[in-house]
Amino acid sequence: MSLDEATVARIARLARIRIEPERRAALAGELSHILDWIEQLNEVDTDDVPPMTSVGEAKLALRADEVVDGDKVEKILANAPEQQDGHFVVPKVVE
Amino acid sequence: MTLLELGLAETRDALARRQFSAVELTKAYVQAIEAARDLNAFIVETPERALAMAEESDKRIAAGDARPLEGIPLAIKDLFCTEGIQSTAGSHILEGFVPPYESTVSSQLWDAGAVLLGKTNLDEFAMGSSNMTSYFGPVKNPWTARGAERSLVPGGSSGGSASAVAARLCLGATGTDTGGSIRQPASFVGCVGMKPTYGRCSRFGIVAFASSLDQAGPMARSVRDAAILLQHMVGHDPKDSTSAPVGVPDFEAALTGDIKGLKIGIPNEYRMDGTPKEIIDLWQKGVDWLGAGGAEIREVSLPHTKHALPAYYIVAPAEASSNLARYDGMRYGLRVKGEDLIDTYEKTRGQGFGDEVKRRVLIGTYVLSAGYYDAYYLKAQKIRTLIKRDFDRVFDDVDLLLTPTTPSAAFAIGERTDDPIQMYLNDVFTVPANLAGLPGISVPAGLSEGNLPLGLQLVGRAFDEATVFRAAGVLEDAAGFDAVPPYLAEGGRA
Repeated sequence: MSLDEATVARIARLARIRIEPERRAALAGELSHILDWIEQLNEVDTDDVPPMTSVGEAKLALRADEVVDGDKVEKILANAPEQQDGHFVVPKVVE
Repeated sequence: MTLLELGLAETRDALARRQFSAVELTKAYVQAIEAARDLNAFIVETPERALAMAEESDKRIAAGDARPLEGIPLAIKDLFCTEGIQSTAGSHILEGFVPPYESTVSSQLWDAGAVLLGKTNLDEFAMGSSNMTSYFGPVKNPWTARGAERSLVPGGSSGGSASAVAARLCLGATGTDTGGSIRQPASFVGCVGMKPTYGRCSRFGIVAFASSLDQAGPMARSVRDAAILLQHMVGHDPKDSTSAPVGVPDFEAALTGDIKGLKIGIPNEYRMDGTPKEIIDLWQKGVDWLGAGGAEIREVSLPHTKHALPAYYIVAPAEASSNLARYDGMRYGLRVKGEDLIDTYEKTRGQGFGDEVKRRVLIGTYVLSAGYYDAYYLKAQKIRTLIKRDFDRVFDDVDLLLTPTTPSAAFAIGERTDDPIQMYLNDVFTVPANLAGLPGISVPAGLSEGNLPLGLQLVGRAFDEATVFRAAGVLEDAAGFDAVPPYLAEGGRA
């Protein structure tokens, strides 16, 4: 399975990671190399095998639907790159 | 004998007998850390917090109110969030991030009386086997090969923790293990590293890499020390729905030294082509030691072993690509302003993540993308079922498995960076236990021809850490590993 530069650009866009155009060719090679190595899994017949969906067999526990935490505006904003009047400031989302 | 030469169990007992104070002990470690900055084992040192905690410990000891780990100085991998102390995951994107909360595992250690010395270096987002992917620079292994001057890697991703334990900069450290990140560095520096069963430790407050694989565990100078530490790291936590509501045995009490009749499996498929003879020879020694201790040795087969690593490199990047989506520069961490929202995301993540993290997020995005999900992710999850079934079948017949921890001793800083797969192969013996969620431990068992530590791994049934520790204790005694890293000898500290 070999990835071309256009595919690298497409998945980089999906992943929201800027990849400089001049890095795309090298990255396409690296990712193709990893995917080629992964291809060996096709040797294994998995037609009748169910996928593993959880490691432990424990059932997910339920809890009461109660508010147990909150009222921490200052703590939550403490690491914000930009804040104003108790809110995060972000780039314009809707034009 | 200096304070730093005592292990965790001995120090605990000496503190209880008031042979020295917690403050004296902590000061000795703080000085040792300052003197060993060339190892780059710590991203942040916390001497003031450490001394304040040690003062509290001395008060408690004086009042007869000592807790189980009272006054024991520890290092915490910088993947655990620590309240009020920068926590970075080794990444530029989290540089300067100061969590407003504490991870469950570390908070349990502080509740037990332990003292925080600082946050240890790691591969960025725990993605690596060398500590070379850290934004904060590589960590040096306190071991160097005989006659060679090149600095070696301590392994990874818990490389700073490993180096700090081996250089006696702490009495123990926390690590996390997604594909071998506790056991492989433990093997590379000659310390003990235990990855417990998936679900034993809460993942709350640990920066997530691959959530179905990540598990915290202790790194320490001896099996007993690791057992003591793990006792205070485990337990059900309502804040982590995958933490298991199961009872916890007394791990230290499990170290009876008696393995008569225990059945040890030797998996055939771990004799891989190209594994160096010294690794195979050490493995055979391990078999002989456990046999001499009264264990019954059986050849077993885990047919899907060779597929574990490629399956891991689908599952782990897929989960990582999802987990790392949160680093968008909006609420915390690095923000690099762009022309609009999307451009800001892309620039932030493009500059905030290193090359290996980008590679894995891109692979993960690709294998989860429309049209490829079945061929890759679903396939890998099916392989995972087969690997789990292999272990289930074998554990009907044996109690434990004995294998090498790594296919080589520590390598030089800068080596194996050209081909990511060469780096991934470090974890060939450790990854299967993560995929199946099983407990595993690495015990230092001997030295390579180049005079570097080599570990042996024991893997047990889910939630049977007690048996893993019991056999590990016997292996440790039989191996009698007492070699000291050249770094300590040169520093006049051994």
